Amino acid sequence: MPEGILCNRTPINTKEQLDAVLADKGGKQYYQEMEQLEVDVEKLQKSLQDTCKSRIRTWLEMCAHCGLCADSCFFYLANKKDPQQVPSYKILTTLGKIVEKNGNVDTAHMIYCMDTAWGKCTCCNRCGSFCPYGIDMGVMFSYLRGLCFSQGFVPWEMKIGSGMHRIFRAQMDVTPEDWVETCEWMAEEQQDEWPGLEIPVDKEGADIMYTVNAREPKHYPEDIAEAAILFHLAGENWTVPSLGWEQTSLTMFAGDWEGCKLQVQSVYEAIERLKPKRVVGTECGHAHRGTVIEGPYWVGREDGRPPAPYIHYVEWLAEALRTGKIKIDPAKKLKIPVTIQDSCNYIRNHGLKDITREIMSYIVEPGYFIEMYPNKEYNFCCGGGGGLNGIGRYRQWRNVGMKVKRDQIIATGAKLVIAPCHNCWDAIRDLEEVYELGIKWSFLKPLIIKMAIIPEHLKPQEEEEEEE
Amino acid sequence: MYNFITGPLLWITFIIFFVGLTVRVVLYIRGLDWRLDRVAYRKYPTLGLKGALSSIFHWLVPFGSHGWRAKPLYTIIFFIFHIGLVVTPLFLVGHAVILKERWGINWPTIPMLLADALTIAVMVTAVFIAIRRIGLPEVRIITTAYDYFLLLLTVLPFFSGFMAAHQFGDYVFWNYTHILSGMALLIAIPFTKLFHVVGYFLSRAQIGMDFGIKRAYKAKGGFAW
Ligand code: HEM
Ligand code: SF4
Ligand code: SF4
Ligand code: SF4
Repeated sequence: MPEGILCNRTPINTKEQLDAVLADKGGKQYYQEMEQLEVDVEKLQKSLQDTCKSRIRTWLEMCAHCGLCADSCFFYLANKKDPQQVPSYKILTTLGKIVEKNGNVDTAHMIYCMDTAWGKCTCCNRCGSFCPYGIDMGVMFSYLRGLCFSQGFVPWEMKIGSGMHRIFRAQMDVTPEDWVETCEWMAEEQQDEWPGLEIPVDKEGADIMYTVNAREPKHYPEDIAEAAILFHLAGENWTVPSLGWEQTSLTMFAGDWEGCKLQVQSVYEAIERLKPKRVVGTECGHAHRGTVIEGPYWVGREDGRPPAPYIHYVEWLAEALRTGKIKIDPAKKLKIPVTIQDSCNYIRNHGLKDITREIMSYIVEPGYFIEMYPNKEYNFCCGGGGGLNGIGRYRQWRNVGMKVKRDQIIATGAKLVIAPCHNCWDAIRDLEEVYELGIKWSFLKPLIIKMAIIPEHLKPQEEEEEEE
Repeated sequence: MYNFITGPLLWITFIIFFVGLTVRVVLYIRGLDWRLDRVAYRKYPTLGLKGALSSIFHWLVPFGSHGWRAKPLYTIIFFIFHIGLVVTPLFLVGHAVILKERWGINWPTIPMLLADALTIAVMVTAVFIAIRRIGLPEVRIITTAYDYFLLLLTVLPFFSGFMAAHQFGDYVFWNYTHILSGMALLIAIPFTKLFHVVGYFLSRAQIGMDFGIKRAYKAKGGFAW
C-alpha cells in the first residue's frame, strides 16, 4: 500500500476528507497507515533541487560539530543533557541524511524525521543565536517540516490544522458567519457595562483593523470582548474584517507552505479591501510570526512587509498607555510578584523585547516585576511552541521539555506569569496542571481592563447612581 | 623533487585553493534566494549591511557575543587556536623569506620566539579540542573520524614545521611533510567544513541580514548578539 486512506501525500482540501481524518480519534488508524506510507523519492529529490539552496546546504556541510549549540536547547537541558537532543545531532541525522542521500530514504527515516521535527524541536530559534556560524535549527527544522508534509509524514493534528486553514481559512472550523455572529454577540453582551460599545465589521478606512486567533471565537469569545472594551476605552476607530480575520497559521507549524500562502492572502485581501491605516493583531506569537514576519514572503511581497503596517497587540497597548489613551489607576497596579514570558515569535524573532518591559513599567508596582533568566531574545521557549502543545503523540516529551520553563518561573518567585501569546499561555496553564507550582497566568487584556481608569462618559448611568 | 613540489605543485595548490574558494563564494551568494530564505536581501541594503557587520563582528571578538560568554574556557582555547592558525603561517619569517627571494615582496613578520609560542599554542589547544571531543558526550555524538582527520590535517603543518625549523629529527623528512601537509590543508579548505575560513563570513553575514532586515529590525540596535 503506497498511500493510506487517511495518511497520504494529499493535503486535506475538502470537508469530507477533514471529517474522515477527524473521526479517527487520536489518529490511531492514521499513524498505522503511516508505517506503510512509501516515500516518493523522485518528488523528494525534486523538492530538494528546487528549495534546498546554498544557505541550508552550507549550514549542514559547514557545521563544525563543536556542540556549542547543545546547552542552548531547552529539550537538551530538560532531558538531562541527552546527547540525542543536541540541535546539531538532531538536524544532521534527519535533514542532513536526506540531503546527503539525495532523498533516497525510507519510511522509517521519514517517521524519525517527523518525530524529531515536531517532537524534539519547537522552532524557537534559540540555538541559532549560540552557534558561531549562526546555524539556525529552527529554520532548518521548519524546512524539514515542509519536506515531511509534502511526503505525508506529519502529525495527525497538524494534518488537520492544515486542512482547517485550507477549508475555513482558520485553524478551527469557524465560518465567516460564526465569526460575525460571535462579534455581534460579544458587543451585545457588553452593553450593560459598556454602553455604546461596538465591534464594527468591515468598516472601510478605519484607523485599525483587528485580527485574532480562531480559538477566540471558538473557545474564548471573552477575549474578543476584552479587545473591544480596550479599543472602546482608548477611543479607537477600529474594525474587524468578516473575511480574513484569522491571523494564526497552523499551516506554518505543519510545513504546508501552500496553505500558508492561502491563509495569509485572505488577511492581506481584507487589508486591501478595507484599507485600514494599520492592523493590530491579538496577543499571539505565532500569528504575528505567520502573518506579519513570514507571511509577506509566502505571498511573494518583495518588500517583505505586509500591505499595511501590522503591529502586535503589545505594540498597540504600549502606545495606548504611553500616550494616555488608556490610563492606569495607580492604586490598582499589580502588587504581587510578576514575571513575563517572552514569546520567541515576536521577541527573539521580531525584536519587541523593550515594548513588553515598557508595558510592565506602567502596570506593575515598582519592585514587583521580576525578569526570568535568561530573558528577552535569549529566553527559553515555553516548551509548547511550534504546534507541540496540540500534538498528542508527543505530549510526554512536551511535559518533560516544560521543566526548563518551570524552573525559570520558580526561580523568579513570581505568583503571576503574564503571557501575551496564546501558545505560551496554554503551555503555562498546562505546566501548572502538570507540576502544580501554584502560579497564575494571564493575557494582558484582562489585567488592563481591571486596572484602567474609566472616564465618566464611558460609564453606564446606573453605576453612577449606585455609587452615590 | 624539491623543485617540483615547490614549483608546479605549489602553483596547482594555490590555484585549487583560490579558484575553489572563489567558486564556492559565488555559488553561495547566487544560491541565496529572498523568497526561499524569506529575507528581502535587496530591498534593505542599509539594514542588511548593519545586521551583517554586527553579526560578524560580535563573533569575531573574544567574549563579544552571548554565545562566547556562555563558554568562557572554550572561548579562550578557541581564540588561541585560531590566532595561532592564522597569524603564524602568514607572518612567519621563513615564509616571508621565500616571498622576498622569489618575487621580491617585502612581507611583515613576527619574531621567531612568538612564532614558536603560537605554534606550540596551536598544538596544545588542538589536543584540548580533541580531548573535548572525546570527553563531552554532546560533542562526541556529533564527532566522526572526519573531524579528527581534519584536526590532524590542520595540526600537521604546524607540528612538522616546528620539527623542521628546530632541526629535530630528520630535517628533510619534516620539511617535506611540512610542505606537503600544508598543501593538503589548503586544498582541503574549499571542499570540507574548513570552508568556514570564508564560509564563516558568508554564513554570519546571511544570518545577520536575516535579523537586520526581518527578525530584529524592531529592536533598538538590532539583535543583541
Ligand atoms: C580565518 C582562518 C580560519 C582558519 C584557518 C580556521 C581553521 C580552523 C580549523 C583548522 C579548525 C579545526 C577543525 C576541527 O576541529 O576539526 C577550526 C575549527 C573551528 N573554527 Fe576555524 N578557522 C578560521 C576562521 C574561523 C572563524 C573566523 C571562525 C568563527 C568564529 C571559526 C570557527 C571555528 C569553529 C567553531 C571551530 C570548531 C572547533 C572545534 O572543533 O571544537 N574559524 N577552524
Ligand atoms: S530551534 Fe529551539 S527547540 Fe529547536 S533545536 Fe533549536 S533550541 Fe532546540
Ligand atoms: S554550534 Fe553550530 S557549528 Fe557548532 S555543532 Fe552546533 S550547529 Fe554545528
Ligand atoms: S509558544 Fe511561546 S515560547 Fe513557545 S515557541 Fe511559541 S512563542 Fe516561543
